Order: sequence, then C-alpha cells, then structure tokens
Amino acid sequence: MANNIPANLKYAKTHEWVRVEGDIAVIGISDHAQDSLGDIVYLDLPEAGRILAHGDTFGEVESVKAVSEIYSPVSGEVVESNTGIQDSTEIVNEQPYLGGWLIKVRMSDASELDSLLSAEQYAEVAEAEGH
Amino acid sequence: MSDNNLLKTPLHAAHLALKARMVDFAGWDMPVLYTGILEEARAVRATVGLFDISHMGRIHLEGSGATALLQSLTTNNVEDLKPSEAQYSLLTNPDGGMIDDIIIYRAAGEEYWVVINASNAQKDIDWITQHMPDSVVLEDWSSRTAMIAVQGPNAPAVVAELAISPSLKELKRFQYHQGDLLGASTIFCRTGYTGEDGFEIIVPAESAEEIWNALVAAGGVPCGLGARDALRIEAGYPLYGHEIDDTTTPVEAGLMWVVDLNKPVFTGHERIRAVKTQGAATRLVGLTLPSERLVPRQGFAVYSGDTLVGHVTSGVFSPMRSHGVAMAYIAKEFATTGTALQIEIRSKRANAVVVPKKSLLQS
Repeated sequence: MANNIPANLKYAKTHEWVRVEGDIAVIGISDHAQDSLGDIVYLDLPEAGRILAHGDTFGEVESVKAVSEIYSPVSGEVVESNTGIQDSTEIVNEQPYLGGWLIKVRMSDASELDSLLSAEQYAEVAEAEGH
Repeated sequence: MSDNNLLKTPLHAAHLALKARMVDFAGWDMPVLYTGILEEARAVRATVGLFDISHMGRIHLEGSGATALLQSLTTNNVEDLKPSEAQYSLLTNPDGGMIDDIIIYRAAGEEYWVVINASNAQKDIDWITQHMPDSVVLEDWSSRTAMIAVQGPNAPAVVAELAISPSLKELKRFQYHQGDLLGASTIFCRTGYTGEDGFEIIVPAESAEEIWNALVAAGGVPCGLGARDALRIEAGYPLYGHEIDDTTTPVEAGLMWVVDLNKPVFTGHERIRAVKTQGAATRLVGLTLPSERLVPRQGFAVYSGDTLVGHVTSGVFSPMRSHGVAMAYIAKEFATTGTALQIEIRSKRANAVVVPKKSLLQS
C-alpha cells in the first residue's frame, strides 16, 4: 500500500518530514513511518528552548509493537512541542502531516534544508524499505 | 512480504487477501495485524474477533495406556475428564519445569486430542513419543486441519448460527462438541485465550478458507497475533517463553490450580511438591501502570527504590485501559497486591502497582 508523501515537504532518510514556515521548521514523522510503527501510544518530546543540532535525537515514538527514536533534520532551537497530543497519540497515525506534527524549530542554518530529500527521493527510500 | 522458507497455515492466502501484515512467528508466516492491534483487540472485547491459530500443534493419541501416559506426563488430573471435556494442563520435566502448557481433549476412554504451542510442537511430540508405550498411537493432525479462535461476546451466537446448531451456545467452558460446520467435520470447543467468551474450532484444512470467509461475513473481525498477545496479557494468561519455561515450576507461575498433587505420580511431582512446601522465592504477578503510556516489555527490570526485585515477562499498552499493563516475576517480599514498584523503561522509571494477574483488565 503506497503511503502519502506530500510534494511540498522535505524529508529525512530517517523518516521525519519538515515543513518550512519562514525561519521555522515544523517537524513530524512520515505516513510511511507511522504505518510501519502501527498504533502509536507514547510520545517523548523535548521542551521548548532545547538546542538541537542536525541529526540529534529529540524524542521517541513508541507503538504497541516497537520504539523508534526521532532525529532532528535541522539545527536550531525548539520553540514549541506538540505536547497537547501526548494523551491522544493516535493523531500521529491519523494525521501525520497535520495534527500529528511533533516540534517546531527556529532554524539556525537554513542551508541544511538543501541536504534533505524531496518527496520523489523519499518515496524511493520508503519503497526500498517496503513493509 | 512473504518469506518462502516459512510455514504457511491453510488460511495463509486469506490473510494476504485481507492485506495482513505478516511476521515470522515460531517459523510460521503469520498475520501480526490486519488494520491495527488496538482496534482489533477492542473488537474482540466489544463484538467478535477471529484468529488463525492453525500454527498450534494438534495431536491425536489413542490406544490402551493413553490415559496412563497423559496422567504420568501432565500435571492436571486426566481422570477428571469425561468424554467431550477439555482441560488446561502442563507438560513437566523431572525438575518440575514446564515443557509446555497444553489443552487435553478427551474424546473417549483412551482417545485424546492434545493442543500444543507452535514453538514447542516438535519438542512436545518428541517428549510424548519417548514415553509412549507401543499400544498408543500418536498422529500429528496439525497440517491436515486448521484451528480458528472465534472470541468475543457475540462469538457463541455467530458460531451457533453458522453451524445451524443452537445447542452449541449451551456448551460450558472447556466442553467440546464434534459436529458439522458448512459441511465440514468440526470440533467446537468452548475455550479461548482472550478473557472473552467464545470457541476454538478445529476444521479440515481444505474447508478452512471457506469457513474463515463465512465467519468474516458473519461479522467476525480478523485479528492478528498482536491483538492476541494484548488480549491474553490483559486477561493474565501465561505464554511459553514469557511466563512459562523449562526451568520455572508451576508454583512460581501461579499455576498450581492445574497441578493435582493428589493424583498418582507424574513427572516432576517431587520437585513441585518441594517448592510448594518451601515456598517459591518469586511469584508471577500483574503490574498496572495507571498513569503511564510507556510500554513495559519483556526483560525490563523492576525495582522497589534501589532494590532490583524482578523482571517483566510480558507487557503491553492495554487496549481497554489505555495504559501499560504487564506480568512479572517478583521477589515474594514485594509481590503483595498493592505494592508500589518501578519499572525501568529505557532511561525512565515508570510507576507500577502489583495487582492479581486476573484483574489486569480492571486495573
């Protein structure tokens, strides 16, 4: 089953997506990632103010089946965490690109976005992994 | 993805048609989920779910001495079984360890069906064969038949209606009936592994897919091994490799209710008697994590403050309670109901409370 990979987002090989809003990067996990994990039941998210470098672990997503770390695709400061969904984590399964976003980061180096994958490139990564 | 080296049940094609996600379970290519573990588990509690459990072993034992054989190899009292009754029991080794947990069905005086775990099938068959007199014949019916669990409050009505046999609803728990389902010779047993009412049915392999599809059409929700595991943990049922193994006795496991120390001797009875007399150092308990969404998993350490008091054997995010629940072997001083403990989940300590295994669903 093909997963939804919106064309207007950037992706990391580790299955995070980034939506750019000015100097803010909104970050979540891809539809492929949520589908592979299955029912998500726990989200560990950083507090606002935390400084992240590109590739840092910023939290973890736990499903009934498995635990997965989540990595920051960009460097910068966490300005907001979507802590409101920590008791209704199914929203990450249902709306991974909308209500299921995880953190917003004020980017310190927007040029890092150039190294991320396009939707087409990420589709190949997801396809190669299959299920 | 299907792996061609794995064993396939007679329902394998049906699982692929339903777009199940398949996993290797004890060498079998089995569905772990169809739509979602939580949704499937909740369907079993609310209506009726279907599980392919054909990977479990089904053996037929018949002949003079079959009763004595089972009496000597298993812990429960086979003489308590009337024809058309089944019992939960244990195969034990000379050290009192649990080789497997099994269900014995008595068909007639010296004729039995025994259902064994997939992961232990060859070990169990070898063990029984080693001890079997020449007058008893063991036949492995596993590949000739399929086994489907139909579980949930609507299960008896669905099965009885499909079998056009209203009297099936009158069967008591652990009674079984040999009858007809869509023209196929079927064993209907009022058993299950979910904590819900229902049946486990054994059908000919060639009829399995038609029967499965008819059960789906009748409202049965296909459920994978993920939901099965979640449901059995909520119900406080043990699983070989988690709560049960060859080095643990039924005393620690809280399974003395299926051990009859008054019957004629069985393998391992001296050791089990001794452990019972001394008292076990550890006990299998339920742990509830009422304010915790982290999932306690097998092997996680359990603490009382700085003292390591045991390890989790099984755990899950409870589909019904929406928080973590677990089973764990805990040092007996800390195993009293109501004791506050902490489970180490990666870098965190999650608060847990000891509860009876059977009340995890209410915890």
